[in-house]
Formats: sequence, structure tokens, C-alpha cells
Amino acid sequence: MRARQWLIRLTPYLLLTPGILWLLVFYAYPSVQMFISSFWSGTLETGFTVSLDNWTTYPEALERYGPQFGRSIVYGAAATTICFLIAYPLAYTIAFRGGRYKSLLLFLVIAPFFTSFLLRTQSWKIILGDDGILFGPLKDLGILGPDFRVLATPTAVVAGIAYNFLPFMTLPIYVSLEKIDGRLVEAAKDLFAGPWRPGGTIAGGVVGGVAAAGLAAAFQYDVVMLALLGIVGGVLIGTFFLSESFVRIVLPLSLPGVFAGSLLTFIPAMGDFVNAELLGNTQTRMIGNVIQSRFLDNNDYPTAAALSFMLMAGILIAVAVYARLLGTKELTSS
Amino acid sequence: MSETTAPMPRARPRREAAIRFLDRYLLYVYTAFAILYLMLPVAVMALFSVNDPPGKSNLIWHGFSLDAWLNPFGVPQLFDVVRTSVVVALLSTIAATMLGTLIALALVRYNFRGSAATNILIFLPMATPEIVLGASLLTLFVAIGGPPFFPTNFVTILIAHIMFNISYVVVTVRARLYGFDRHLEEAAMDLGANEWTTFWKVTFPMILPGIMAAALLAFSLSIDDYVITAFTAGRTSTFPIFIWGSARIGVPVQVNVIGTAFFLIAVGFVALTTILQARARRPLPPPAAGRERPELEPGRAALAEAEA
Repeated sequence: MRARQWLIRLTPYLLLTPGILWLLVFYAYPSVQMFISSFWSGTLETGFTVSLDNWTTYPEALERYGPQFGRSIVYGAAATTICFLIAYPLAYTIAFRGGRYKSLLLFLVIAPFFTSFLLRTQSWKIILGDDGILFGPLKDLGILGPDFRVLATPTAVVAGIAYNFLPFMTLPIYVSLEKIDGRLVEAAKDLFAGPWRPGGTIAGGVVGGVAAAGLAAAFQYDVVMLALLGIVGGVLIGTFFLSESFVRIVLPLSLPGVFAGSLLTFIPAMGDFVNAELLGNTQTRMIGNVIQSRFLDNNDYPTAAALSFMLMAGILIAVAVYARLLGTKELTSS
Repeated sequence: MSETTAPMPRARPRREAAIRFLDRYLLYVYTAFAILYLMLPVAVMALFSVNDPPGKSNLIWHGFSLDAWLNPFGVPQLFDVVRTSVVVALLSTIAATMLGTLIALALVRYNFRGSAATNILIFLPMATPEIVLGASLLTLFVAIGGPPFFPTNFVTILIAHIMFNISYVVVTVRARLYGFDRHLEEAAMDLGANEWTTFWKVTFPMILPGIMAAALLAFSLSIDDYVITAFTAGRTSTFPIFIWGSARIGVPVQVNVIGTAFFLIAVGFVALTTILQARARRPLPPPAAGRERPELEPGRAALAEAEA
């Protein structure tokens, strides 16, 4: 009987061991190894030696690749914002107005994933090409000037990132919206919840203006012009389409999904280098491009390891703050 | 995004009607555009699989040709890299699905010390950018410095793919286990089944859809992975690595053909399982005398589950 109880107590650990060992050896330990490697000196041929004197790798790497780090944060934030603006209404429609087409719409949202990530990005290269299928005809018609281009600009890179990670934002928002009890909204209406005025007008204007101005700055467009457009759009939407029941019930209840989606979008967006490589130019290189070329082209392991470690540390801090505020359930269950 | 259908006192009726109309249809129009935006690159990929470019670059439309479809592996190496990708995806899916399912069972079924730490260890790989996963594995392999880990090769790709797939399997299977009615197991035990029989006859068939969904997810993640593979592949080439390598000089039309074929196979698979599932859900005809009721297959729900 004793032996049997022991066995029962041991069962979970027996189940866990193989998988957890795999993660410890090939996920957790390599992270430690990466930290150690950032203190390496030497080359692949002579072998590497670890010395604490090499801590200077960090400030040197930061100084040299500061712009790329900054760009990653700005592009990542811009792409996350765009994803949110596209994903929220999309998820809302699927969750509340999808009806019998709900599963079909959800399937369409993830269908792009059945195509290779690289081929999708390659397709954007075709679409956005200077004389490609979109701008070629527009140029022939004289609507766009002959020098107009999107490919090889920050716009193309951010658009590519936003496209590729859009489902990561849509699905968590959808999951949190789907859970909302429709009776709450009905109850609010019974209690005379109507259009949200003038709150919607003000909030719409502020949010629209700030988002548009921020994006304009990241894309290097005319900030004033776009901010004005954003304010007008935000005011219109806020005045006519925001109801009290949405602002007071649906939006707060969907916030966990919004946060989870933002994190799941921002993290891969920051580390991405595929879009910057295929759709950008030398002026749009992100930290991922540097890490990739330091590691794979230059075999400069210490610098590359230091950069990856800093990237990971930044993200771990973000995740920790998130988990502290909202818990990890929401992230892992959606 | 709202329900402004509540009648407004003394409202100008025409304006209100216009807004109500917009409110009703604006979201649908927006959604249609969003879906169009999501599908556009896929459509372009398919379109350019029947392109007829004179040179290597397949970026501009020249004319219709089925040459690439008739000869999908007519590019050197292409068959080998596709085969490597499929083999890696199959093996890593099998391994990760087994390891991940066991972890999911432990996490949902047992209270034990260290479950919180396990949860964090499962979550972290999904929250780590792919480039960091790949880079840190490469530093490990370089530090070991000898075979079979360095120079990096097929084995190291496999190690990496199993690693990043485990977490996704755990999360998918666990979601299925949470909704599991444990009374069914108790009933089986009451009827004299031992734990082993109960697991294989009751528990396993019920969580099989979740496991299948997890396996499909793992397979599609693995076959599409470029970033982590780039760090752990060495001289071995997979389909995504082939695409990346040819992107600078021009992606062959055949790559679009294979990409389109993968897409169509996946979509067809999902459509088929959805139809089968819908049929399985229909109420059964009354059992004919002397015949047993046909058994429902739980596996049918798998794919739809993967999408949800």
C-alpha cells in the first residue's frame, strides 16, 4: 500500500520528466549559455575563452546598434497599433455578428498561416513592387508620380510585420469577446444605455489623433496632416458608433484579450528580421537583422549573444510586468 | 461597434436612419476588407504560380503558363528540401506531441509541487522571439563544439523543432483536458475497469481530438519555420531556407506551386474534417434491428479544434 501511494505521488513527475528535461536542456540552459557566450573572446577556429573583462561587449554593442534597437521598438509598437486597429473590429464582428459564419470567418483569419511565412512576405514584395501589380497601373494612369515607392521603405516593413502577426492579435481578442455574456449588454440597454456622448466624441478624437500622429512619426509621414485625419475619423466614429454599453461593458471585459494580443504581437514583431530584409532597405534594419548577420555571416558570437540577451531581457521584463498585472492564464489559454 | 438602435427622442429621423444603416453594415464591410487584406498575399502567391517569367525573377506578371505546375520539382534541390522539411515536421510532431501530452496530463490531473514553475517553463518559449530561441541554441551547439551538435545539421534542426513545439502541444491538449468530465472515468472504474483500461478506453479516445489538433498545429509550425531553422541548420536545407536563399536572386515559380499546393491540401483537409464532423453531429438514425449503432469518431473534431 505504501509503495502504491508513492507511485501515485510520483506519477505527475514521471509524466513531466521527458518533456521538461527537453525544455530545460534545449531552452533554459541555452539561454544561460547565451549569457556566458556574450563574455567570450576568440574565434571559431581558435576556440573561445570566457572572461569577465569582456563585459564591454554590452556597452559597445548598445552604442553600435542603438539605432537598430530603437527601430525595433518603434516598428514593433507601430505594427502592434495597426494590428489592434484592424483586429478589434474584425474580432468584434466575428464574435457578435458572425452568426452561422463564425467558424468560416475564424478559419479565414488563420488561413494565411497555411502558407509559408516567407512566401506571404514575398507576395507583399510582388504587390508593393515599384512597377508591380498595385502601383504599376496607378503610375501608368498618372495617379501616382513615377518616383512613388513603398517597397524598401519603413512603411513596407511595418505593413509586412502588421500583416504577418495580425492573427496573433485577432484570436486573443476574439476569445475574450466570445466569453462575454450577451445578457449584460441587454441589461445595460434596459437600463437606458444609449450612444456615448459627448464622451465618445472626445475619446475618439484623442485616440484617433494620438494613434495617427504616432504612426505618422514612425512611418515618416506628415504628422500634422495625419493627426488631423485621425482626429476627424476618431470623432466621427466616437460620436456615432460608440455606445455606453460597449464602452462600459464590452471594452473592459475584452481588455485581457487586448493585452494578450498586444504582447503576442509585439514580441515577435520586435525580434523579426524577415520583413526588414525582404521589404526594407539598409536604413530599415532591425535588431533581428543585426543578430542574424552577426551570428550567421560574421560568426561574431559574443556581440550577437549580447544583443540577443538584451533583447530577451527586455522582453522578459515586459512579460513579468504583464504576468504581475494580469496573470499568465490569459496568455497560455488563448 | 455599437448598438445605437435605441430610439432617440426628437431625433432627426433621416440622419438616425442613415447612422443605423451604417452601424448595421459598416462592420461587415470592414470585416470583408480585413479578410480580403489577409487573403490577398495568398491569392498573389497562387496567381504567380502560373506566371511565365522570362528570367529568374518572378516579381512581375508576364503571362499565363502551367509549366511550373506540370513540372513542380523542375528546379535543382527543390525536391530534396521539401522532403527534408516534411521529414523534420513529421518526426518533430510525433516527439513533441508525445512529450507535450504527458506534460498536459500531469498539469491538469495532478496537484504537485512545482506545477507553477512548470507552467512558466511551458509559457516562456512561446513568449521568446524566435530569433532568440534559435540564437541561444546555436550558442549551446557552438559551446559543445562536437558532433552530433556541431557543425549544426539535421539532428540539431530536429532538436530545435521538438523544443519549440512542446509548449504549443501542452497548451492545446490542456485546453481539451479542462473540459473533461471526470465522472466518465469514475463510471468506468465503478464498472470494474482498472486505471490502465480506463485510460485507453475512456480518457484517451476523449482527448484524442485535442491531441490531433495539437499534432496538426505542431506540424504546420514546423514545416513553416524559417528563423529557428536558419540558426540550427548548418549546411542542411529545408523548404523555407531554400526560399530565403533564392529570394535574393529570384524565387523560382515552382516554389509558388509548392506553396499553393500546401495551402490547398491544408484547406481541403480542414474542409473535409468539417464536413465529416457536421455529418457526425447529425442525429443518428434509429438503429436497425440486429445491427449495432455506428460509433462516433472523436478524431473528426480534431482539425476544427486546431483552428479554434
